[in-house]
Amino acid sequence: MIHSLFLINHSGDIFLEKHWKSVISRSVCDYFFEAKEKAVDPENVPPVLQTPHHYLITIYRDKLFFLSVIQTEVPPLFVIEFLHRVADTIQDYFGDCSESVIKDNVVTVYELLEEMLDNGFPLATESNVLKEMIRPPTILRSVVNTLTGGSNVGDTLPTGQLSNIPWRRAGVKYTNNEAYFDVIEEIDAILDKSGTTVFAEIQGVIEACVRLSGMPDLTLSFMNPRLFDDVSFHPCVRFKRWESERILSFIPPDGNFTLMNYHVSSQNLVAIPVYVKQSISFFEMGPCGRLDITIGPKQTMGKTVEALMVTIHMPKAVLSANLTPTQGNYTYDLATKVLVWDIGKLNPQKLPNLRGSLSLQAGAPKPEDNPSLNIDLKIQQLAISGTPCMVALTVERIFS
Amino acid sequence: MSANSAFNDEKGGSSSVGEPEYGHDPASGGIFSSDYKRHDDLKEMLDSNKDSLKLEAMKRIVAMIARGKNTSDLFPAVVKNVACKNIEVKKLVYVYLVRYAEEQQDLALLSISTFQRGLKDPNQLIRASALRVLSSIRVTIIVPIMMLAIKEAASDMSPYVRKTAAHAIPKLYSLDPEQKDQLIEVIEKLLADKTTLVAGSVVMAFEEVCPERIDLIHKNYRKLCNLLIDVEEWGQVVIINMLTRYARTQFLNPNMNESLLEEGSDKTFYGSDEDEEEEEEEEEEKDKKAEAPAMAKRKPYVMDPDHRLLLRNTKPLLQSRNAAVVMAVAQLYFHLAPKAEVGVIAKALVRLLRSHSEVQYVVLQNVATMSIKRRGMFEPYLKSFYIRSTDPTQIKVLKLEVLTNLANETNISTILREFQTYIKSMDKDFVAATIQAIGRCATNIGEVRDTCLNGLVQLLSNRDELVVAESVVVIKKLLQMQPEKHSDIIKHMAKLTDNIQVPMARASILWLIGEYCEHVPKIAPDVLRKMAKSFTNEEDIVKLQIINLAAKLYLTNSKQTKLLTQYVLNLAKYDQNYDIRDRARFIRQLIVPTEKSGALSKYAKKLFLALKPAPVLESPFKDRDHFQLGSLSHLLNAKAGGYQELPDWPEAAPDPSVRNVEVPEWTKCSSREKRKEKKVEKPFYSDSEGESGPTESADSESDSASSSESGSGIEESGSGSESEESEEGSESEEEEEEEKEKDKKKKKKELKKPVQESESEQSSEEERKHERKSKQRKSESESESDEEEESESESSQSESEDSESEAEVKKKKKAAESKPSSKPVKKDNKKEKKEMSLLDLDDFEPAPSPQATPVNAFLSNSLATDLEGLSLSDAVLSPATISPSSALKSYEMLHRITGEGLSVEYCFSRQPFSPDANMVAVQMQFTNNATSDTKNLHMEDVKLQSGMRVKEFPEIELLPAGEMVTAVMGIDFCDSTQAANFQLCTHTRKFFVSIQPPVGELMRPIFLTENEFKKEQGQLMGMNEITEKLTLDVKCRNEHSIVQRVTTAANLSRVPCGSDKECRFAGRTVTSSSLVLVTVATKEEGAAKLTINCEKMVIGTMLVKDILLALTQ
Repeated sequence: MIHSLFLINHSGDIFLEKHWKSVISRSVCDYFFEAKEKAVDPENVPPVLQTPHHYLITIYRDKLFFLSVIQTEVPPLFVIEFLHRVADTIQDYFGDCSESVIKDNVVTVYELLEEMLDNGFPLATESNVLKEMIRPPTILRSVVNTLTGGSNVGDTLPTGQLSNIPWRRAGVKYTNNEAYFDVIEEIDAILDKSGTTVFAEIQGVIEACVRLSGMPDLTLSFMNPRLFDDVSFHPCVRFKRWESERILSFIPPDGNFTLMNYHVSSQNLVAIPVYVKQSISFFEMGPCGRLDITIGPKQTMGKTVEALMVTIHMPKAVLSANLTPTQGNYTYDLATKVLVWDIGKLNPQKLPNLRGSLSLQAGAPKPEDNPSLNIDLKIQQLAISGTPCMVALTVERIFS
Repeated sequence: MSANSAFNDEKGGSSSVGEPEYGHDPASGGIFSSDYKRHDDLKEMLDSNKDSLKLEAMKRIVAMIARGKNTSDLFPAVVKNVACKNIEVKKLVYVYLVRYAEEQQDLALLSISTFQRGLKDPNQLIRASALRVLSSIRVTIIVPIMMLAIKEAASDMSPYVRKTAAHAIPKLYSLDPEQKDQLIEVIEKLLADKTTLVAGSVVMAFEEVCPERIDLIHKNYRKLCNLLIDVEEWGQVVIINMLTRYARTQFLNPNMNESLLEEGSDKTFYGSDEDEEEEEEEEEEKDKKAEAPAMAKRKPYVMDPDHRLLLRNTKPLLQSRNAAVVMAVAQLYFHLAPKAEVGVIAKALVRLLRSHSEVQYVVLQNVATMSIKRRGMFEPYLKSFYIRSTDPTQIKVLKLEVLTNLANETNISTILREFQTYIKSMDKDFVAATIQAIGRCATNIGEVRDTCLNGLVQLLSNRDELVVAESVVVIKKLLQMQPEKHSDIIKHMAKLTDNIQVPMARASILWLIGEYCEHVPKIAPDVLRKMAKSFTNEEDIVKLQIINLAAKLYLTNSKQTKLLTQYVLNLAKYDQNYDIRDRARFIRQLIVPTEKSGALSKYAKKLFLALKPAPVLESPFKDRDHFQLGSLSHLLNAKAGGYQELPDWPEAAPDPSVRNVEVPEWTKCSSREKRKEKKVEKPFYSDSEGESGPTESADSESDSASSSESGSGIEESGSGSESEESEEGSESEEEEEEEKEKDKKKKKKELKKPVQESESEQSSEEERKHERKSKQRKSESESESDEEEESESESSQSESEDSESEAEVKKKKKAAESKPSSKPVKKDNKKEKKEMSLLDLDDFEPAPSPQATPVNAFLSNSLATDLEGLSLSDAVLSPATISPSSALKSYEMLHRITGEGLSVEYCFSRQPFSPDANMVAVQMQFTNNATSDTKNLHMEDVKLQSGMRVKEFPEIELLPAGEMVTAVMGIDFCDSTQAANFQLCTHTRKFFVSIQPPVGELMRPIFLTENEFKKEQGQLMGMNEITEKLTLDVKCRNEHSIVQRVTTAANLSRVPCGSDKECRFAGRTVTSSSLVLVTVATKEEGAAKLTINCEKMVIGTMLVKDILLALTQ
């Protein structure tokens, strides 16, 4: 299975290595660096590389490469999924998964890696179990530890690992019992030039934060579960119950977790909350082009559109942009040729507009086609798919 | 120093990436000295008494290891601390040890004893971690210690320790492959483990050590299928992949019939006629419609219930959050499911496309392979494969591949429109891939060929050379299909030779012109002229095509091109590339007529201008499915080390009975008590919550085998095991009841047979009594079990195969449980029956009645004893009359599953066997559950211990389907409990069966008076007397129940006795007629004394055990 793990930063330095079997020299990463050179864009580095004696499986996350070395046949997704789980765990522990954070907590990270794999096979990947063995650092604890020389290794032995519900630790106690559920829905849509929807789908995720004592057994039902086209669950959810009754029944992990992901099929018409009027043109004569973008609300159901942002990947020939936004501000990155217009809140009375001229490289041919626009936005307190709101939550056996 | 400096150190480490970190150490001066000094002060810290100092030192050392620095010189100082009390120091020392033990083998040995001590720790977690570290130390000398530790841990009570043992197996194997055989034994043992915790890890060990030993899986197959849903995610992946391989060796191809068809249509695919492709499409559709009736006509394929079990139990895992699990299930369905069912995986795979880009990359590769074979599956999700401008190029290219595979006449227009947008993309690699994709769509779908071609020709005027070049290459392939129509395109392309520099494109144009020079007779020589001019500057691939063009023109138009050809060939003759020189020499000989030239030159024209078949543009993913999908090898399209080939389906299914699990031991009478004992013990070692020992899991296992619904319930609810058990019980009762109802029906059929009439009526009456009783008990958990039943019946309606397997599972469970649960009921009846037998005149008939249930007796218990008392002087009365013949316990000889529908049960009828008085009569009941008749039932090949004899039962000529028949045979067991083994033969098969008598059946009752009894007892003292003290079971404190229990356990008759505190029984062994005397003397509070006097001591001891058990439970 997984032989070794190397953490590599954006500029190609190996800053952490961990071996679960015998030690493999870091020179094995050279094959990866070679591929990285070739791919130009870090996203285009093939996730699986073959070298004469090893296979390298890499993920790219938060500007870091997690490179694992394997020697024998293993399902690649198995490794990829595990590496992402490692990144998730680091994020969960330290709030961020960046080079500096990992370097600050190198010993804890190393211990975590030690617990997560045994001989290259995953041993404990549930964050609840891990947290029982290795306590995540808090400011208070690190101060106390420095003063007293205490440790952040749990002195109790983890019991969760032994039970049939490894995701929950035993003996949880809260004075206030509370459970929060966030429903986050994303519309993913492709529109063509004229504004017609080519493809749109809604993906939702239910994030939960459960702080309940004992062994609570929760059930969650939905107003209209038929809308769900496809779902995936945290392992705590009982599949059978869902299949037969369309009810989520589960013993939750302690703390934050993703309860389920769902997908609402594109057959149901998806209302796109904003419209865009854009005209980008380049002229044959004179090295310049013109850009004019206006965004307006379409179907927002009375809610405000927030965090509106437009990203445009300009053709290579575009040298600079001289634009004036009526709202927000814009940046144009010369190196990556990316124009970002950060609008913020959408004001329906005064529609935001960005217009101005683009200057092109002298002598370069006119770009053939207009660039595509990526628009990101957020609407609070609105579930686009409409109905999949939870209606009932029952708790049984909080105290066991 | 300690705390602060370490703090600084960690901070410092973060800011300095590549620099040496010594600079941040306050103690450091120069690099060399600091290195030395630094380690020195670490050593000092490690040697100190303070834990905090040690901890700091260890933290710094581990941080150095993490950064890849060598700290091996600290080894002795670190290893000293292996026994440190501070748990964090200890952990870090373990980390260090595992990292460096390999390099410092001798010193590492110092730490071994600590772990050996840890292995004996009462805390399971410490035992586990000791084993984990011990097995991670890669030192060859300790292999025997590791082996021992693994073996011991494999039978540890804690499942967590057993899991760790499973993890240790591959470690040891990689250290010393010679241990394989021993390790396989451990794996075999752990595979039988019934806890979810162990399952994943042991299968992983199996895959690494002995993936070829598929036979080890047979017995555990069903258990693994049933446990699967509750195994942790990583284990699920490994198990599913392994089971896919297993299923490929054990079951038949569910698409057997369809695959023949597929081949047929494949042929048309390769045919040259272009329209056939569409026909194939239609054909396929027709097939789908015609499938149902057609299937019926062909040889029927019946899916093995185990195959169905696997498919059913893996399906819910498609909803897992773990992409690896979803992929594993998807590949399982792709490789194993019938065509009609594979569709379910599409939705889940499409879901994975919204995950991280690495996941998308892998999933798309697999979807690409799948979409070639099962196009229909992904068609509804076509739009999910549309490309986003933010996708990385490698994802875009893969999505294009899938889109191309999915294209057909109905959706091609949408796809082409989508492609048009892609061509405008700024990502040139992606544009090139799009053009190729268009080309492939055009070749595959005839209708759009012209549209595509026109579109591509337009691209020829694109400013980007790469786009043009790619278009040329694709157009060349398309034109080959119908060149006559497109001479203007060829002309257009000829003009391009002036501008295009990409070698592949130039070569393609030249080839086109050469091949179709007859369509462009004027332009071709001119192109050659230009090319001849630039010949020396061309790339090799272009040069070869120039030679080709020259040769072709020479053959068709030698007047104009003779000189040009000579010139080109001369240039080629002195080229640096030997390929080109060779080609030139070869062509010159072939086309230029000389006096020496042989017969070949006559055919030169035919050789060069032969009609060439159009190329088939194939997906690079075609035929990749011979690799197991989802595997690394599939992704790389090359065999990775350790890849296990996915075997082909077998021609004929191997024996499915290998997977039959033996009916759990405790169903048999004697061991049932053992199980009860275990249950009493249970709290003793399962005090910690999670520790579900093998006994508990045995229960849950059978339960989950019965219905996966409740199975998953157990594991998740955790605490509910007891309630589960009761549910389980009720369920079995219910089924038992069902079974009985069936039996009743059968018996009603039998009513027609006059002989058995009265008896069967009686028995059916009894059934009703049973029913009532079991109903009462059932009522407690009725609601739950009702639910279960409903769902089960639902599923059985939905699919016939389904129900088959369900029934089988039910049956298995029934076999396992019906006996224990129904037993008390039987006992209740026994009393009555014993009395009945007094009046049962049939018993005097020499031939034993087929159904031993006696008739018509409603005597009260007291009357019965009275009668017994009356009979005390009546020695003439046959002993058989007293025997409680109706309380017969039946044993299973052949289970329905193993017997392929034939089930055989036997019981000891306790009738004298008339042909030979020294034999014990064994009454056998044959039931044919199969759908076809069984013929010529007889026995063969009897294997006996010396002295034993058997009188075979007469051959049963015909046993119609659904019928039941009884037969009697006699066995002389020679007063031993050795089994009689023989083969039971039907007209088609032979089954090995055996009959083993409980010791109580080896005797026959005799009548003694009280005085005679005492006299005989007096003669059998000393060695021949065995006395045991016991506490009677609460339910059997009265005389009647004692009598009843003893007579059930052994075939003895009661001896009248003056005292009501004593019960006496007497009998003789069947063969040697040795006396067996039993006395049960009761005292206060259920205390009792059991005395057995017997000439044969062995029999005595065994009998004591049996009667003890009968009385105490």
